[in-house]
Amino acid sequence: MAGTAVTPTRMVLNQLKGRLKTARRGHKLLKDKRDELMRQFMDVVKQNKALRIRVEEGLTQAFASLQVASSIMSPEMLEQALLYPRQSVELGMSFKNIMSVNVPLYSFTTRNNDPSEIYPYGFAQTSGELDDALDKLARVFEDMLELAQVEKTMQLLAEEIEKTRRRVNALEYVMIPELEGNIKYISMKLEENENATKVRLLKVKEMVLQDAHHYKQ
Amino acid sequence: MLKIAVIGGRDTVMGFKALGLDTFAAENAAEAGKLLRSLTRESEDEYAIIYIEENFAAQIQAEIDRFKDSPSPAIIVIPGREGSSGLGLQALRAAVERAVGTNILGD
Repeated sequence: MAGTAVTPTRMVLNQLKGRLKTARRGHKLLKDKRDELMRQFMDVVKQNKALRIRVEEGLTQAFASLQVASSIMSPEMLEQALLYPRQSVELGMSFKNIMSVNVPLYSFTTRNNDPSEIYPYGFAQTSGELDDALDKLARVFEDMLELAQVEKTMQLLAEEIEKTRRRVNALEYVMIPELEGNIKYISMKLEENENATKVRLLKVKEMVLQDAHHYKQ
Repeated sequence: MLKIAVIGGRDTVMGFKALGLDTFAAENAAEAGKLLRSLTRESEDEYAIIYIEENFAAQIQAEIDRFKDSPSPAIIVIPGREGSSGLGLQALRAAVERAVGTNILGD
């Protein structure tokens, strides 16, 4: 194409044809990858949206209960009650491969499995509202973990889709037209050379004939 | 073993402490940003998930965006005591826009 200098030879033509073939195949593959990624992404987005709404609702409720508890109990008491957690959470992480994107999978284990064991305080000096708040918080926490996983997955997929989309577009609108243009240019140039040779040969033949026999056509 | 951190106001993180998460109280967004930096730097991958309160997150968005493309840690915005301001859903919309090019969620 204009701007890039290509030598119009048969060898370069063959090279370009090979590259065009590869580019076309790559384009098709990347396009398929993009479509599949997009399909997965839309699922994840839907999941994320639902979870996000659920978590935000759950947290708002939990905080509201906590607010009630803190208005009943003195701040010092409240802090004391929550200061030493009996529960601890350990997080395990593994990776799942979605279309060559590594997304995290979390698994968590709590030290105390009994749900009634989450309260880090005796019941004598605290109000029931605090129990209620912690209970709600513990329940919403499971959704929060899932949200973390889904949201991270979504971000990573979004990045990969963006990259893939750019590549597809670069191939489709830059690489392939450029290669096609170059190929056209070379084949036209070669044809022109061929015609020039032919005409020259005819001319030479005519001159030679005239020289030998004073022959005129 | 990996851990989970919560960054937020004192009142917000209090409840999470009882659940056994590592909580870090911050007074303002600048402090929250400092905490976030030290948590992500400290030792590698110690914290796999960091929850951060919305009203802080809004002001240190650039810090948070740095981790968008790395598989770990996941930084998740959670609403604070005042309720949700929609920042979480906004992040979702941003991701969709990034992937698709336009917002196709229709909201």
